[in-house]
Amino acid sequence: MSTVKEKVSSESLIIAGRVFNSRLIIGTGKYRSYEEMRAAHAASGAEMVTVAVRRVPLDRSSESFLDHLDPALQILPNTAGCYSAEDAVRTARLAREALQTDLVKLEVIGDQTTLFPDNEQTLEAARILVKEGFVVLPYFNDDLIMAKKLMDAGCAGIMPLAAPIGSGLGVQNPANLRIMREQLPDATIIVDAGVGTASDAAIAMELGADGVLMNTAIAEAVDPSKMGAAMKLAIQAGRLAYQAGRMPKRLYASASSPLQGVIK
Amino acid sequence: MRVYVNGEAREFSSPLSLAQLITELDLPPARIAVELNRAVVRRNDWNATELGDDDRVEIVHFVGGGRS
Repeated sequence: MSTVKEKVSSESLIIAGRVFNSRLIIGTGKYRSYEEMRAAHAASGAEMVTVAVRRVPLDRSSESFLDHLDPALQILPNTAGCYSAEDAVRTARLAREALQTDLVKLEVIGDQTTLFPDNEQTLEAARILVKEGFVVLPYFNDDLIMAKKLMDAGCAGIMPLAAPIGSGLGVQNPANLRIMREQLPDATIIVDAGVGTASDAAIAMELGADGVLMNTAIAEAVDPSKMGAAMKLAIQAGRLAYQAGRMPKRLYASASSPLQGVIK
Repeated sequence: MRVYVNGEAREFSSPLSLAQLITELDLPPARIAVELNRAVVRRNDWNATELGDDDRVEIVHFVGGGRS
């Protein structure tokens, strides 16, 4: 497949000209302590972490959460918690002003129970933000047509879900991700949401994803550092397997030893 | 005058600039961003931005979170 060859030319994850040596992006929520979060980040080898934008509490002097992150990490602000294109755009603008970064993980949620994305509002927000010079990475349902529209809108990469946010169910629709990879060979595809354990991340990478973004799978593991390390290896293994090109599946056995010379 | 800060109605004496509001609220000015009536106000403009009655100010910072 020519599409596979094109994707193996570089081993770095490149987003809008920025080069990352890790294909893992991780979140900063749900950890039991800052220390545990820092240890997990370090063990995962991730070079980019995502943070949320919220109102400053006015009733006490608040410490800066960012001070608890390794300063070497690239910060990817997200619009988590937004339920309309307008709120997501406002949140992205605030994040850019505070951090002086044009990167944004765009998220417009459509429903509180499932946290499924509102694809229509996401596309609307993406179009506005791209026009304003943002490097937009939108979270969306794993739908090829939506992926095409987001790419046409000028998004730097696309973030289809594997399963509902925080569910840990793993890739629920591998066919959709595979189709997306085959139909959009030049798109930067980062599977976001729903990974539960290392094999889930490996599967996403085997399907041709350029990277995986996760939070709960690491933060809610009994030992987040170990899970961070496991994810690092899983993503490397999955990437290698994708590049290697797996054997075709067969219904029947196919002996790997020669048939000749068997003793009688 | 009344200014809504992060949705909370608060009384301040006029005149009051955005920069003075941040100081009065004892907020660390680093790595926060401010919106006045739904439009971002750049840090360099905080001093020159005077607040008026019933203005709505949003002041945000960053917190841990993967998504939603």
